[in-house]
Amino acid sequence: MSVLQPPAGPDAAGPVPFLSRLHEWVTTVDHKKIGTMYIVCGIIYLIIAGLEATLMRWQLTWPGMDVLTPEEFNRLFTMHGTTMVFFVGMPILLGSANILIPLMIGARDLAFPRLNAFSFWLFFFGSLLLYFSYFGGQGLYGMGSAPDVGWFAYAPLTERTFSRGHSTDYWILGIFVAGIGSTATAANFIATILGMRCRGMTLMKMPLLVWIMLVDSVIILLALPPLAAAQILLLFDRLLGAHFFDAQAGGSALLWQNLFWFFGHPEVYILILPGFAFVTEIIPVFSRKVIFGYPLMVAATVAIGFISLGVWAHHMFVVGLSPMLNTIFMGSTMLVGVPTGIKMFNWVATMIGGRIRFDTPMLYATGFLCQFLLGGLTGIFLATVPFDWQVSDSYFVVGHFHFVLFGGLVFAILAAVFYWFPKVTGRMMNETLGKWQFWLLVIGFNITFGAMHVSGFLGMPRRVYTYHTDRGWDFWNLLTSLGVIVQILGFALFALNLVHSLFKGKKAGDDPWDAWTLEWSTTSPPPPHNFEEDPVVHSRRPLWDLKHPDDPDWKYE
Amino acid sequence: MTTAPAALAPPEALPQNGIVNGKIGIACMIISEIAFFGTLISAYVFYIGRDINGPYPQEVLDVSIAPLKVLFNSIFLLISSVWIWLAIRSMRKGRMGAFIFWWALTVLCGAEFLVGTGFEWYDMIVNDGVWMGTNLFGSGFYTLVGFHAFHVTMGLFVLTLILILTLLGHVTPKNVEKVDLVSWYWHFVDGIWVVVFFVVYVFGNMPIS
Amino acid sequence: MLHCGLGAGLLMALARPPQLAPAPTPTMFDPVGVPAETILDITWLLIGVCGAIGVIMFCLIGFAIVRCRRPEGDDREPPQVYGSNPIELAWTVIPLLIVFVLFMVSARGIFELERTSPPEGSTELTVIGHRWWWEFDYGDLGVVTAGELHVPIDEGGVADLYLTLKSADVAHSFWVPQLGPKMDVIPDRVNHLWLQANRPGTFVGQCAEYCGTQHANMLITVVVESRENFNAWVQNQQKEAADDSAVAAGKRLFLRTACINCHTVRGTVANGTFAPDLTHLMSRSMIGSGAVPNTPENLREWVWDPQNIKPGCEMPSMKLSRSEVDLVCAYLETLR
Ligand code: HEA
Ligand code: HEA
Ligand code: HEC
Ligand code: CUA
Ligand SMILES: [Cu+2]
Repeated sequence: MSVLQPPAGPDAAGPVPFLSRLHEWVTTVDHKKIGTMYIVCGIIYLIIAGLEATLMRWQLTWPGMDVLTPEEFNRLFTMHGTTMVFFVGMPILLGSANILIPLMIGARDLAFPRLNAFSFWLFFFGSLLLYFSYFGGQGLYGMGSAPDVGWFAYAPLTERTFSRGHSTDYWILGIFVAGIGSTATAANFIATILGMRCRGMTLMKMPLLVWIMLVDSVIILLALPPLAAAQILLLFDRLLGAHFFDAQAGGSALLWQNLFWFFGHPEVYILILPGFAFVTEIIPVFSRKVIFGYPLMVAATVAIGFISLGVWAHHMFVVGLSPMLNTIFMGSTMLVGVPTGIKMFNWVATMIGGRIRFDTPMLYATGFLCQFLLGGLTGIFLATVPFDWQVSDSYFVVGHFHFVLFGGLVFAILAAVFYWFPKVTGRMMNETLGKWQFWLLVIGFNITFGAMHVSGFLGMPRRVYTYHTDRGWDFWNLLTSLGVIVQILGFALFALNLVHSLFKGKKAGDDPWDAWTLEWSTTSPPPPHNFEEDPVVHSRRPLWDLKHPDDPDWKYE
Repeated sequence: MTTAPAALAPPEALPQNGIVNGKIGIACMIISEIAFFGTLISAYVFYIGRDINGPYPQEVLDVSIAPLKVLFNSIFLLISSVWIWLAIRSMRKGRMGAFIFWWALTVLCGAEFLVGTGFEWYDMIVNDGVWMGTNLFGSGFYTLVGFHAFHVTMGLFVLTLILILTLLGHVTPKNVEKVDLVSWYWHFVDGIWVVVFFVVYVFGNMPIS
Repeated sequence: MLHCGLGAGLLMALARPPQLAPAPTPTMFDPVGVPAETILDITWLLIGVCGAIGVIMFCLIGFAIVRCRRPEGDDREPPQVYGSNPIELAWTVIPLLIVFVLFMVSARGIFELERTSPPEGSTELTVIGHRWWWEFDYGDLGVVTAGELHVPIDEGGVADLYLTLKSADVAHSFWVPQLGPKMDVIPDRVNHLWLQANRPGTFVGQCAEYCGTQHANMLITVVVESRENFNAWVQNQQKEAADDSAVAAGKRLFLRTACINCHTVRGTVANGTFAPDLTHLMSRSMIGSGAVPNTPENLREWVWDPQNIKPGCEMPSMKLSRSEVDLVCAYLETLR
């Protein structure tokens, strides 16, 4: 099969007027288009939030720098964190799942295509609402501008007394609106996965990506509504004069922390699980070996989902919980390392004994393994309560979560972009640029975030807009900031690569990587209805069966 | 496309119709709603007895069976679950007249609940002077009960819409599975009320010791 | 905007007031007491265990990268291995055991460090977090000070410190890494923290929970000093404010200005509680909770416009003229 349908892009057959193309995208209910829009928005926000981080690093390069005022700095890290979590991580994972789930289970679309479009627009306008705070957050007294309360917005700092103007209201509403969209999408995914698989695809024959997305959706369903509820409480405090988090009237600051982290911890697993999903698909294909221990992978995913709902207080080890509570939550937190470890081991076991091709997707997947391993291990450090008492809210924590979010999530996303770009656009991405970008990112990333661990050890708290020379943090901060320059080069290559490949990339063909899951059996890009005829599968690797009729998978499963 | 090699076990077929999806979708929605209300309820329970000034719930809440008071209203709301169940049963049997009767009764009972809540709130705000900002009890009460009432309102809106469509003849026994989904939602709203009632009017209303 | 005030102040921070030993880097790797040492021991254990896991994993990944590549032009598929129950069981159980050991060791640490009653002979005080300065209340000693706290230590002994932590507004966190763990300071809660030093010295730390604009300049200085020095310090702190007739004009101006609404100077009508107690202002090495060293120039700059030094802080510029500032500061400088 060759490319039957030209990509819906600039070189679509015949000149389509811009307005009607725009109209087509805005009104689409096609899961592939919606997914693409999610991802494009996510990448744009990645650049915005990345530039926010760059400004922060500029200010912190040297003690006593004068680049930003304290208020500006505080707004920047709030917007950076909020954007990265809610408007980079979430849309990219929802978008990828949007594109991939129907293709991988051989369905025509999601269960509720219109709801899907609605969710996307909720997300989109939610994100605009947050950024509108830069213009509309002034409130009555000219106070504010963007929110400056940190991405977890601890009460009572967010109460009206301490956060005047409307910036915090925009933070609440933007995330609230986007959150409703994500919850609806999760329901959509669950219905799709449970109800729309093609013939022959039992639950235990689903690609692991689909399994992980199923678990991910369940966590979203359980974790996002509590955030919405907590935000409602906060909003009522701010707008209607309620007292939930008002310590003066008997309200409780800890309630917000509990509610937020009951969402916030699962949220970070919501973010990383799709990352796991991507590499779980990519590693076997490039190692030319079936995934090691499929049933255990499924079990580990479910276990991670389960445990992640019961560890939230590890973000609150320093609030003075009783020793008993601290111990319990330390135990549950450390326990997450076990299923995560199982996944790590299974990935490595898949690679060992394989015949690995290091094309860019595999390069990023391997990068993910190494960097996430380090981030995960520092996670175990933090789970150890006495250690956390030292470094909580220090740059060590900042280092930890950038290792898991950047080294884990972003690397996995990049692997996925390089891997599925041909399927979505019909063109390959440039391998040379991709490899340059990889090495620049690996180097820049480790300099930046490796040095942060040291600053943390040396006693540097996070969220400080400046520091004094006599503390001995100068060198490590300089290093952190220098690393960013290398990262910027890497990301610039990425942007270049995306645009260049979209127009000039090598034609991909249907199955450029010689892969095994259903999406590679249709054209690149797939037709609106995905498959010319409804697929039927007999094993976890339908295309392997097809390519090796003498030795099909279903004989072994 | 994959073609089955000759010696293959027959592939299992999976249901492909939209109703299954709808059921899963509504179930998911209800699960997320439970998580949402669960949070509001936890917050309410957390704040029981922490008020530093009155009026306290014990002074304000009236759990007598008097008309338009909460117990009276609750009975209407809960019994409407039975009506809607009867309505669906009638529809399954193709008896649209009975369906309309039970369905309308459901709407009326739901409306009574809302009206009753309105009176209760009026009484509390005007006579007892309790509002959001009065104390923690006020904040929690209006948020929790208010969100429940909001869900009843949404439910009533959909129920009424279906009633009108039925009267106009657009709903036929063919649609029973979809209409059934609406009744799931209504049962959920009722079920949550049992919990809210217990937490607010019983547990949170215990005499101060 | 950060004006030259801070820049100049920072330059001066290099040349610290002579009476103070230079503050060491607040690193947890240089502990000076049991709590911090216990934590460091656990840290070494963690580094060992997690380091070993990391090394093993990197070796495996490295092996895969180096030895399991596809030879150029060889398109055969490798043997497909679907899994292996014993191996999978092994890497479920072994991590479980490792986690169990780590858990037991650290659980002991938790119960040792989280004390609900003060150890024998400890200095007890109440710490109140304000935006953005620390208030230290020695209770029975009748000493109230800000930003800098003093602890006595006997020759060859240890200085135990038992803090009661409260907040006046939002959440803060008290953190002096060399002395022990940090602990959050939360408005609707009272927390306790046990710290210890086994030698005299100056130990620094700072607020570690984001609390708003000037969270960065909410520093802590702990001076651990000999019993004599400490007693002398306490005696001085217990006195009412100095009343030097040479600066009567400055005093009058100070008492006439709104300063007294926020600040206390014991022995005068100034009894505000919103801001640091100024009774013995000059006994502190830093002003603005560590924002700048307490030099005459900085003090003048501060009273002229605190927003230049600590932009966003809760003390407004009192709009005094330069000569009035000189008068007030001349008075403040007598408050030893
Ligand atoms: C993608 C996101 C992501 C992921 C996956 C993780 C994973 C983990 N995190 Fe992290 N974390 C964050 C994002 C993430 N975290 C963020 C954003 C914050 C800060 C929020 C804020 O304050 O702003 C945070 C903060 C944070 C804290 C609070 C720190 C503080 O504020 O004081 C803690 C404490 O326990 C913690 C622990 C862990 C643990 C134990 C894991 C584990 O899941 C890691 C498991 C993985 C491994 C352990 C490696 C592989 C396993 C093996 C090789 C097996 C063998 C290993 C053993 C037997 C130990 N994290
Ligand atoms: C997915 C999550 C994610 C990612 C990827 C990043 C990426 C980065 N983060 Fe992030 N960070 C968070 C999530 C993330 N962060 C969170 C949750 C917080 C906590 C916030 C809080 O405390 O409330 C945080 C906080 C945080 C801090 C702490 C602030 C503080 O406590 O004071 C710092 C400080 O250095 C920092 C730096 C960086 C840097 C330098 C990058 C870099 O890797 C960014 C690199 C990207 C770029 C540099 C983009 C450049 C792109 C181009 C130049 C393209 C050009 C092309 C065109 C113009 C077409 N981050
Ligand atoms: C609105 C309240 C307010 C008024 C009025 C006020 N101050 Fe302050 N002052 C503060 C606060 C709050 C701080 C602590 C600021 C910080 O460290 O963030 C402070 C700090 C100080 C300090 C530094 C103390 C230390 O130990 O760090 C000095 C000196 C001072 N004020 C002098 C004055 C003088 C002189 C006046 C009058 C001319 C005055 N203040 C008026 C609120 C006030
Ligand atoms: Cu106080 Cu940060
Ligand atoms: Cu967490």
